[in-house]
Amino acid sequence: MATDIILFVILAAIAIVCAIAMIITRNAVHSAIFLVIVMATLAIFFLGLSGPFIAMVQIAVYAGAIMVLFLFVVMLLGAERVGAQTGMKWQVPIALVLGVILLTVAGLLLVRAGPTTVPSAATSSFTSQVPGACADDVKQVQSTGTVIGTPCLVGDQLFTAYLFPFEIVSVLLLAAMVGAIVLTRRPAESKT
Amino acid sequence: MEQVFSIAWLIIVFPIAGLLINLAFGRRMTERGLGTVAATAAGASFFVSLLVVIALIGLEPEARLIGKEVPLWQFFSIGNTAVEFGLKLDALSGTMLMVVTFVGTLIHIYAIGYMHGDPRFQRFFIYLNLFMAAMLTLVLANNYLMMFFGWEGVGLCSFLLIGFWFEKDANGDAARKAMVANRIGDYGVMLAMLAMFVGVGSLQYGDVFRAFEEGHGALAGLATGVTLLLFLGVTGKSAQIPLYVWLPDAMAGPTPVSALIHAATMVTAGVYLIARSEPIFHLVPDVQGFVAIVGAATALFAGTIALAQFDIKKVLAYSTVSQLGFMVSAVGMGATAAGIFHLGTHAFFKALLFLGAGSVIHGVEHGHHHISHYSHTSTPSEEHFDPQDMRNMGGVWNRMRTTAIVYIIGALGLAGVVPFAGFWSKDEILLEASKLNQVAYILLLIAAGFTAFYITRQVLMVFFGQPKSEAAGQAQESPRVMIVPLIILAFFVTTIGLINAPGISLFSTWLEGEAHGEFDLSIAAISTAIALGAIGLGILVYRPRPKVEGAPDDPLRRLGLIFSTLNAKYKIDEIYDLLFIRPFKALARFLADVIDGRFWHDWFHDTVIARTFKWLANFTAFPIDKGIVDRFFDGIGRAIAWGGRQLRRTQTGYVRNYALVVLMGVVAIVVWFASRMLGQ
Amino acid sequence: MSAEGFSVLYPYLIGLSALLFTLGAIGVLVRRNALILFMSVELMLNAANLAFVAFARALNQLDGQVFVFFVMVVAAAEVAVGLALIVTIFKTKKSTNVDDISALKG
Repeated sequence: MATDIILFVILAAIAIVCAIAMIITRNAVHSAIFLVIVMATLAIFFLGLSGPFIAMVQIAVYAGAIMVLFLFVVMLLGAERVGAQTGMKWQVPIALVLGVILLTVAGLLLVRAGPTTVPSAATSSFTSQVPGACADDVKQVQSTGTVIGTPCLVGDQLFTAYLFPFEIVSVLLLAAMVGAIVLTRRPAESKT
Repeated sequence: MEQVFSIAWLIIVFPIAGLLINLAFGRRMTERGLGTVAATAAGASFFVSLLVVIALIGLEPEARLIGKEVPLWQFFSIGNTAVEFGLKLDALSGTMLMVVTFVGTLIHIYAIGYMHGDPRFQRFFIYLNLFMAAMLTLVLANNYLMMFFGWEGVGLCSFLLIGFWFEKDANGDAARKAMVANRIGDYGVMLAMLAMFVGVGSLQYGDVFRAFEEGHGALAGLATGVTLLLFLGVTGKSAQIPLYVWLPDAMAGPTPVSALIHAATMVTAGVYLIARSEPIFHLVPDVQGFVAIVGAATALFAGTIALAQFDIKKVLAYSTVSQLGFMVSAVGMGATAAGIFHLGTHAFFKALLFLGAGSVIHGVEHGHHHISHYSHTSTPSEEHFDPQDMRNMGGVWNRMRTTAIVYIIGALGLAGVVPFAGFWSKDEILLEASKLNQVAYILLLIAAGFTAFYITRQVLMVFFGQPKSEAAGQAQESPRVMIVPLIILAFFVTTIGLINAPGISLFSTWLEGEAHGEFDLSIAAISTAIALGAIGLGILVYRPRPKVEGAPDDPLRRLGLIFSTLNAKYKIDEIYDLLFIRPFKALARFLADVIDGRFWHDWFHDTVIARTFKWLANFTAFPIDKGIVDRFFDGIGRAIAWGGRQLRRTQTGYVRNYALVVLMGVVAIVVWFASRMLGQ
Repeated sequence: MSAEGFSVLYPYLIGLSALLFTLGAIGVLVRRNALILFMSVELMLNAANLAFVAFARALNQLDGQVFVFFVMVVAAAEVAVGLALIVTIFKTKKSTNVDDISALKG
């Protein structure tokens, strides 16, 4: 228990610091690196929250693919350094004020709202959606009383209850791919 | 014979039919045709009148007095009161009928010859027929309103006919003078009618008389007022003091008009009115006395003027005024039969005198044209030759014998010489006057003397002595169509007096149901003596003398100022002009120019109303409309534009600003939800 | 790792998520570099993912995790297109300063 708390505090601190750094630093590459560290931290959190599959996906997709893509573009555009803040200096204080308000509200809500423990759903009757799949995982869930986000179980959900969004999202990916290609295509030669 | 009463309305309709025919077809008809139609209409009226009178004679005396009423139609009705138009056929209206239609017909025939060659021949006869219709309506009416219709109608025709030759300004002026004077009198009659209607509730003769006799106590004051107002009308229509001034000027019209309207018929309407209203007058002896005095005074007054006039028709005009005075005085004092009798005889001899004068004028004019055509030397005096001036006449006896004879007959009738008509009627008036009103008697007696004097003067100046102008020397007798009516009239002048001679008092029994008083030889002797004496004096003064160079135009010039005053008719017209006409004109001009023009139009309309309105319009247009309203709506527009400009500033184009706004919205929503959740 | 894991620390996890989200929002508003701005957006998405997973664990369900999956997919697609856009704009503007892209200024 205590280890959880310590782990949490350390990881949270790292995440916060890196996030602040990411915002503040002038170098875009530095910014990207800091973001990667934040994402890694979050992956560990996911692990701790019984979401192994999601944690791995976070590392693989987010930190691995998306951030790499970012770094490619940064280096492509040579946007390492950007000049000092000019114009609209007033935006910063306002943003800070808004942030403070948001945090205050969130804090109030957290302090005053509901119990810290949430009654969990009974897992003795937990089954997979697809009959007969993920037998081992199901048994584990039923015995431990905790639902774990194993690949098999997540997939089970994905292909049954969330089938429609899944398909839509795949179409979305297709659209994004096509869009990216179209946007960066060189315009056709007009002469000769 | 009673059935004739039911067709009595034809008496009025015949002249109307005549005038309508002449109006519709007159353009295509000859002079002869037009004249025949008009005269036939008058003659037909006369014929039916004769039948009516014969029927009336057949009645009992009492019935005759009451007479027959023939209702025609209801004119109007207000609530319980109504005015019914109808004909009253009794002895009085019968007498008037005979006078009007007989004399009228004769004059229609005479006028065919007199108006020969006039370019407006058609119109003249239309007017004459119209006059007949109106006069007959007046005489035959059974209520005051219908009588008033006729009263006004004859006034209108008088205007139309006096001003018939309107190319000369003087004629138009005379017509207008007649209208104005008559109108003043008409007000009297109208007010009297109003008083009657209010007091009695009806205008029918029978109702009114009965009401006055029965309700004598209550209506006493009303009777005085009514009779005086009616008398005002009489002074206008029958030319008494003070409204007689129009009659002499009315001689500007053609001679037949003077004869018919201003001698025989229209002017007698006033006398008829008093005679008809006798039941009312009877109740107020004071008014009767007043009327009698005024009438007698008029008779004397006019008589004095007549003897100093030089126009042949003017003499006859003033004579008419004087004789009307006799009649008015008689009926005024209650001697109805005497007055109406004199009305009848006067109609004949005055018509005869006028037509005779017309014949003389016609002859002298003829002689004038004769000279200017055939003579090669024209004397300057011919430029302003007045064929009516007696000083240009003389010796006509030799040139126009028939005219002269009948004229003298008429003169004797007027003077009141036995046995001509005038004697009997005038004598009867004097008899009654001596019994009823001494003052009037004296005045009338003197007036009778003057009458004889001035007519003698006229006869001598016109017919005897040497012709005082070449034209008179060349005068020719008038055509037969003019002479024959004269002869007929002369015959009647001679004989008609006898119907009411004492002993044969046909007329009095006819009219009043009783014979008139016994013959008083003394009265008759006095009046005859005065008449003969006056004639003798006239002959003495005006006997034909050889022409002396440098002699005055009238022997009576010796009387100097008296004569010139009489010649200038006491300057009454000038006095009226000063007293009434000029102030009235000044007042009218004042009202028109100052009140209406300067005050009402210039000041009130233009300044007050127009300028106020313009100011108001200016005010609402500029300060209010432009200033306030426009600014308001412009302001709205400008405010919206300003709002838009301000809103546009949020569109900075910077992504980060937009993101800020989004975040602000998010924060707002979160805060709101949180507050709700935290508040629970 | 205990079976409960971080489960007892849900409030703090949510608070962390809120804090990260706020930081990402501030980053969006403050930075002018388009790429860093984009990265701040990714940070916000990640903060939301954390919240999802925390709640899934709290309710003992998998739905939150499935949703995180979807969020990631969408984020990927979005990044692809967004970066393509930035590259395209860079070709014309020669600058990654978002303040230079103000043609829609009203």
